[in-house]
Amino acid sequence: MRLLGDDILTEEGEFIINMGPQHPSTHGVLHLKIWLEGETIKRVQPHLGYIHRSIEKMSESLSYRNFIFATSRMDYLSAHMNNEACALAVEQGLEVEVPQRAKVIRTLMAELTRLSSHQLWWGCTGLDLGAVTPFFYAFREREAIMSIMEETCGARLTQNYMVPGGVMADLHPDFQKHTKEVLTQIKDKLHEYDEVLSGNVIFEQRTKGVGFLSKEDAISYGCTGPMARASGVSCDIRKLKPYSAYDQVQFEEILDTGGDCYARYMVRMAEMKQSVSIIEQLIDNIPEGDFQAKTKNVIKLPKGEFYQRVETARGELGVYLVSDGAASPYRIKYRSPNFSNLSALPHMAKGAKIGDLVAIMATIDLVIPDIDR
Amino acid sequence: MFLKEYFGTIYKASKSLLTGMKLTGYYFFHPKEIQTHEYPDNRGTLKMADRFRGEVIMPHDANNEHRCTGCQACEIACPNGTIKIITKQEIQPDGKKKKRIDTFVYHLELCTMCNLCVVACPSDAIVMGQTFEHSVYDKKQLKKVLNKPGSKLMEGVE
Amino acid sequence: MKPLLAISFSSLANSFHQWLTAMFANDMAVMVTEMVVVGISLIVFLVLLSFFLGYMERKVAAFMQIRLGPNRVGPKGSLQIVADTVKLLFKEGLTPDNADKFLFNLAPFIMVITSMLVVAPIAFARDFQIWDISIGVLYVSSVSSITVIGILMAGWSSNNKYSLLGAMRSGAQIVSYELSIGLSLISIVVLSGSLSLGDIVNSQVNGWWIFKGHIPVVIAFIVFIIASTAEINRAPFDMAEAEQELTAGFHTEYAGMKFAMFLLSEYINLFVVSAIAATIFLGGWMPLHIGNWQAFNQAMDYIPSSLWFFGKTFTIIFIIMWFRWTFPRLRVDQLLNLEWKYLLPISMVNVILVTVMAIMGWHF
Repeated sequence: MRLLGDDILTEEGEFIINMGPQHPSTHGVLHLKIWLEGETIKRVQPHLGYIHRSIEKMSESLSYRNFIFATSRMDYLSAHMNNEACALAVEQGLEVEVPQRAKVIRTLMAELTRLSSHQLWWGCTGLDLGAVTPFFYAFREREAIMSIMEETCGARLTQNYMVPGGVMADLHPDFQKHTKEVLTQIKDKLHEYDEVLSGNVIFEQRTKGVGFLSKEDAISYGCTGPMARASGVSCDIRKLKPYSAYDQVQFEEILDTGGDCYARYMVRMAEMKQSVSIIEQLIDNIPEGDFQAKTKNVIKLPKGEFYQRVETARGELGVYLVSDGAASPYRIKYRSPNFSNLSALPHMAKGAKIGDLVAIMATIDLVIPDIDR
Repeated sequence: MFLKEYFGTIYKASKSLLTGMKLTGYYFFHPKEIQTHEYPDNRGTLKMADRFRGEVIMPHDANNEHRCTGCQACEIACPNGTIKIITKQEIQPDGKKKKRIDTFVYHLELCTMCNLCVVACPSDAIVMGQTFEHSVYDKKQLKKVLNKPGSKLMEGVE
Repeated sequence: MKPLLAISFSSLANSFHQWLTAMFANDMAVMVTEMVVVGISLIVFLVLLSFFLGYMERKVAAFMQIRLGPNRVGPKGSLQIVADTVKLLFKEGLTPDNADKFLFNLAPFIMVITSMLVVAPIAFARDFQIWDISIGVLYVSSVSSITVIGILMAGWSSNNKYSLLGAMRSGAQIVSYELSIGLSLISIVVLSGSLSLGDIVNSQVNGWWIFKGHIPVVIAFIVFIIASTAEINRAPFDMAEAEQELTAGFHTEYAGMKFAMFLLSEYINLFVVSAIAATIFLGGWMPLHIGNWQAFNQAMDYIPSSLWFFGKTFTIIFIIMWFRWTFPRLRVDQLLNLEWKYLLPISMVNVILVTVMAIMGWHF
């Protein structure tokens, strides 16, 4: 084990710079300790824990209906998927069959969330690389999606729409109409994303060949989501172990073999198109029926361990739930995608410039509260 | 060959840069595309979605009657301890003692607007209001009593 | 050539000079008074101009980003920048404990003074120029590169690693981009045969150099615009500031008025390089003249020369702002690649082409 004092040692010509916890491009309170030689990065050490809120421990004292709301605050950009994962774990324990309508609604909401999350990521990537304008173009479309969320779920970011057995409320009567409008708008505007950023020569230079992560490394660091798929690892839970209504839709798992920042960028851009296509397939085929299965007022799970995983916008979120038969969970553990994805950062950033580190962090698409929980 | 590649790079680079400038230039000369909402100037016309979760409110009818029976289902459902219900014993006209609500304390500063209390309420006594301008100068003002003074339980609600 | 207005900037200046001569018998006193008046009016003009440029930049950025921009203080938000300045005035000008206090406080002044010095040889209107120095082009390119000393001073004295990184980046950047700026200026010096900015403007009486000089001058113009964007540290070349990488680069530790002076010098620099580009390539205050079209040329002369000058300058300022709000930032090594592998070889070949053109008399 490395002693704390060892970390501060520098070699001749090196110096340490602290990036964060307050820094424009760490997107939160991540603290990176960087050993630099000139502009070249010798070593990066992420320091975590600045936003630890003990969500896992707190959940042990909450009932099975109540602990779901807190997961919206982990990866707040894919709050729906986080809630869904918890709901799925509870349903696994209850052995309750979720109505078909609820499944489709969950899938629709999850894909809308993925779209909005990827749009925010796209804007922030531009921002981190110094192009401020794309951020506002991304927010224009994201705002439209957020209004749909507000209309149906009642909140824009931390929706808390999933409950064990289905969803909290039925879809808003205008949901289909508005979603179709938003889809048309997004399809109209996606080419602008390519014009202003993807095709730009400066952007290509900043991202191509930067932050390379090989397939083997991606697997051994436990990377998931678009980051691993950009290195050629097939890891889409929606394909490997379909949940909700993902077995009813046709979509591609986007794979790239580049492994660099540009590949990660392209994978996410293509995923946006896939999300649009998934929503298009489902929006006209929402089955009639209940939006929620009947569950008891006080939920008690049988003794045992339950594990469910979903594909959030950033990767695989696993919910490990231990029940001792009481009304609240005995132990909950979230396997959050950002924590594992971040662990590859020191490997990728070695030998890069400071500017590259910013590009790498942007394309990992970190959400800091998800790392600490 | 080298020259061809060299100038090819320059040509491609300038083309991609000009494409980007064309887009931003388009928006510069088309102010109609501006998305800004001028809050608070548009406060009069601003309409929140009808399911928007701004705060918990307890609707009262014209006779100052509410539907809250004081069953404390919302208090149990709340994950943050936002709601505290203080009950009292009330003597009914037929002489029986019944549990009735005294004060419904709602801590707005703790509330995460998760809607679980509204879902849990068996008599639809509380709903989510659409107001969102909650900022005040003193934290104490965020502690609210939802049942109005002198209000009663509505007839026929048990 | 008759100007539209009876009163022009040059006639104002002349009548002021005559009035002063009548007032004081002593030549020395006249000269000193004139210098003081010119200095004060120049400072006031540049401060007001940078207010306007700040407002313009925010509005341009906002419109490109589908926003409204400042719209609360004053009509259409035009006084926002005044409000911001007042705020900065009242802020405490912090000096870090371990900073080199003398250099730390000196750096913003060096930045502002050097950028104001460069304004001297610029002709704002017909016969209206502070100092028509005979080596104008040389003066501009040498004085403007003193800015880097201010940046290095600020970065070094702040005792902050981010500041130091920003300053070092800026040093490498300005030193290398100075070369292609010089080479693209030389191509016009070769064509006009003079280093004086007044002579260069007068040599464009029958057409601006960008039209007369064929493609080589157009290339020189583009190289100049790119290199001067880098020279004044604006995005996509804002290595020294690089908000997302170095928080604020060399002025991370500055606050209050000292910070405002960096902003002031940035906007004055922006104006200066645009004015130089307008003077050298687009004829400065010279109206649009085409060869022997007498009627057309006279019609153009009716537009005041100061309008021509500021119109051209602000067009170039707008283009530089357009760059900033469209492009991502380059990386340090890519920035140097661009200079040494592309701009410098191109402008070197370009100078040879221009020289051949000038000797053979192929230009108009």
